Amino acid sequence: MTGRKFVFAACGLLLFASSGWSFYQSRNLEEQVVLSPGVTEVKRLGDYFDGIRGTVNDCYVYIMEGEEPGGTVFVMGGTHPEEPAARLAAWLLAENAEMDVGRMIVVLSSNRSASTATRIGGAYPPDFTIATDWGERTFRLGDRWANPLDQWPDPEVYIHYPSRQYLAYVDIRNLNRTWPGRPDGSLTERTTHAFMELIRQEEVDLFIDLHEAELQYPVISTIVAHDTGEELAAFTSMMLSDMEFNIGMEYSPPTLHGLSHREVGDHSDAVSLLFEAPEPFLDATRGKTTREQLLTGKDEFVVKAGEAGLLYEEIDESGWPMDKRVGRHTSTVLMTLELWTELNPDRPMRARGIPLYGEVLEMGLGHWLHDPAAAPPDRVVIE
Amino acid sequence: MTFLQSVVSVLYYLLVAYVVVLLVWNFRRSRKWDEEVLYIIVLIPFLLRLFRLK
Repeated sequence: MTGRKFVFAACGLLLFASSGWSFYQSRNLEEQVVLSPGVTEVKRLGDYFDGIRGTVNDCYVYIMEGEEPGGTVFVMGGTHPEEPAARLAAWLLAENAEMDVGRMIVVLSSNRSASTATRIGGAYPPDFTIATDWGERTFRLGDRWANPLDQWPDPEVYIHYPSRQYLAYVDIRNLNRTWPGRPDGSLTERTTHAFMELIRQEEVDLFIDLHEAELQYPVISTIVAHDTGEELAAFTSMMLSDMEFNIGMEYSPPTLHGLSHREVGDHSDAVSLLFEAPEPFLDATRGKTTREQLLTGKDEFVVKAGEAGLLYEEIDESGWPMDKRVGRHTSTVLMTLELWTELNPDRPMRARGIPLYGEVLEMGLGHWLHDPAAAPPDRVVIE
Repeated sequence: MTFLQSVVSVLYYLLVAYVVVLLVWNFRRSRKWDEEVLYIIVLIPFLLRLFRLK
């Protein structure tokens, strides 16, 4: 080998090693959870279905048993990790919520595989950092779909099970297109099957799937409700719009399959709801795809799109900061529990410790993320 | 279906390994500096996938 070739090969090896190390670190970034005093049990998804045990999607399941018996609510974060306010809102529940009445189950990384890669060609930042009262916490950003390293190849056309509806090929790795799943299917299908088993075995009454959406998408700032949850969603939407912020209500389309708000309601006894908050980071007309844009929700190009009447949600120079998006979710969860109890007095649920929208705006969501170094080691979990 | 996916996945990694060998082979035989740079750049994503890093 000539000297020139040796230099080129060394440069290539250096590029490979540095990029490979960066990808490896991003995939294996340790995210800490300081368990709320209300967390009475930590299980794994594999405890409900062996087919997911030991895989990348064998996520933690945090259970908060109330002091008095009542209904069971299951709040799911991380369906689409690139919608971080949804995941962070669930994080605030796991670190702060305590149940007085009933039981709460929380999952932070429902498609953990999707949290280990960012969108190919999207130039997404691999992670983001939230300032807290004691320092800072860093989280993986992730993608909408499971990592191709964990599930590959995609079919030419994805045929949803059991409806046999034709969906986009890539959505076979989308957790919110594979409900209710199947035990011998792909990793993502087995994951939703495991969650259905969790819902059945834990006798979940109310299922809430947290999301964010781009402002150019019509299903935004809303609650999407299964037929069985329409009354609850309508009441929640009315109360929140009157007292805290505007939020709409949509009916789950009965012929669009694979989505949690349809399939969980159809295939279990749980009432199924899906919450959407606005995330300008996902808009196709956005400017630079940076950590700052992700956290502040400020983007002059999305504002321009709004001026042209292309958006389904308002935006101005103040953007859609992360605190605002997370606060919408925590307040919507609280209001839903309150109204659920009014509508179902035989299965009440009452939580405390969860910050309301106004409190998250005032103090910042970092105020409710606790210092792992100050917590007893047995109360800290690595997601 | 899942079994077929596993088979295709294994074949894919074998194909990636084969392309890596071809690129390294061509890099060694090449006498033009611009082609050598190109082979090195093209090689990197194949290596990242082969080592399951990206």
